[in-house]
Amino acid sequence: MVEPKLRLRDLNRRFMLRDRAVDALAGISLDVAPGEFLSIVGPSGCGKTTMLRIVAGLETATSGTVEIMREPGSTRPLNAMVFQQESVFPWKNVRDNAAFGLKARGFGKRERYEMVQPILDKVGLRGFEDALPHQLSGGMKQRVAIARAFANDPEIMLMDEPFAALDEQTKLILQAELLRIWEESRKTVMYVTHSIDEAITLSDRVLVMSARPGRVKEIIDIKSAFPRPRDIAAVKSSPKYGEFFGRIWSLLRDEVMAASLVSA
Amino acid sequence: MNAKMLNRVLSVVTPALLLLAWEVASRTQIIDFRFFSAPSAIFKEFVVMLESGELLKHTLISLQRIFIGFTIGTVSGVVIGLAVGLIPAVSAALKPIIDATFPIPKVGLLPLVIIIFGLGEASKYAIIAIGVVYLVIINTVSGVRHIERIYLDVGRNYHASRLMMFTDVALPGALPMIIAGMKISMGVSLILIVSAESLAAKSGIGYLIWTTWQVFEVEKMYVGLFMAAVLGACLTALLDWLERVMIPWKRV
Repeated sequence: MVEPKLRLRDLNRRFMLRDRAVDALAGISLDVAPGEFLSIVGPSGCGKTTMLRIVAGLETATSGTVEIMREPGSTRPLNAMVFQQESVFPWKNVRDNAAFGLKARGFGKRERYEMVQPILDKVGLRGFEDALPHQLSGGMKQRVAIARAFANDPEIMLMDEPFAALDEQTKLILQAELLRIWEESRKTVMYVTHSIDEAITLSDRVLVMSARPGRVKEIIDIKSAFPRPRDIAAVKSSPKYGEFFGRIWSLLRDEVMAASLVSA
Repeated sequence: MNAKMLNRVLSVVTPALLLLAWEVASRTQIIDFRFFSAPSAIFKEFVVMLESGELLKHTLISLQRIFIGFTIGTVSGVVIGLAVGLIPAVSAALKPIIDATFPIPKVGLLPLVIIIFGLGEASKYAIIAIGVVYLVIINTVSGVRHIERIYLDVGRNYHASRLMMFTDVALPGALPMIIAGMKISMGVSLILIVSAESLAAKSGIGYLIWTTWQVFEVEKMYVGLFMAAVLGACLTALLDWLERVMIPWKRV
């Protein structure tokens, strides 16, 4: 077994609601292999986003450990997150938004502009470098957020439903582009989604989480059925796609019911 | 004629009619022309003062005082406001002082300011800076506190330094509120400069208004009031322009 890129051990997260303790995550243990694309699906409120934010260092776990392995001598940042909400700075143009992480790491202006140009070209933002976000569509803004994360060349990429706010057609196009960019860079990705379809078409493995408190219910291997590089249309028309969908949904259905009972 | 055009016509005709009524009332001595000079007489005086350079001199000196005091007040207000908004210790140290002294009418501080800064230009800059700094601090703090969480998350996720959180996230994020604060401050600056100049100065619009009144040159006083209005309108327009240039993403 290769050394994992990300190792979570017995991760717990408890928060206080008034004077009641609520467990968001209970005993999450997980290894993600280098270069692996792992999706996380689960009912609303199961702690998917919390888990991602803990890995991102934006929240702390109540107990347990998060380890992101660095290659020896690497100075790359540990992670970069692509958020669900609009997260590009409205006061920075496309180029400066994409180069934000590089600026934070101390790269000079000329250097970071040079570093960011190839990734801007790759996500289809060439010619829009000087545009401000309010001049762009929602899909274009999310491309900027993705470019910002890739430009920083992190050890692992964290994506929290990055396409959830987009319309269906834009989403399909961006999924295909994400796959293309990812296949070139082979970053380790943790991808939170509520879309079973998205999880199957993009991932190597799909982690199904239980209703709150979030636990690892099952991890389903997709990669052996759909090797890389992948064609999204071919994946979706394959009979195996339907099998995966049925299996994940049957796992998820009970949890969604349980979650809706809890919140009712 | 549709309603929109009617409104446009009304907005021109009404002030014109008022001026005309004033003119007629003053000439026929329905109102006391010694206090309420006819608009035509005021206009004549305006031309005389413009040609002699007297008007320009007073306007420019007031403008200079506002500009310097306003800049000092705005810059220090933004710096203090960012620090109070971002650093809890600074907030704990300064917020009570700011809140306690803010309600003092700044005109009431004029005697103190004159004792401290003297009768010269420094006291004019100081009183304007004091009036401006509070409003800018309060708006900057509020602007920083209302920056959407997501932008702070991005800053933290990319490990932006504290300086970069100031310059790249907090300052631009608070800019709409900061400029709103500057706009309110501009009105306050005008009040303060006119008060300060009528109390202790040998030049400026406020001096012009007050001294001409005392020596009963009523037309000149009206010209001074008119200039104060023009000055206010120009400075407001300048800030509107600044707003459009500085925060293009808020343009509707």
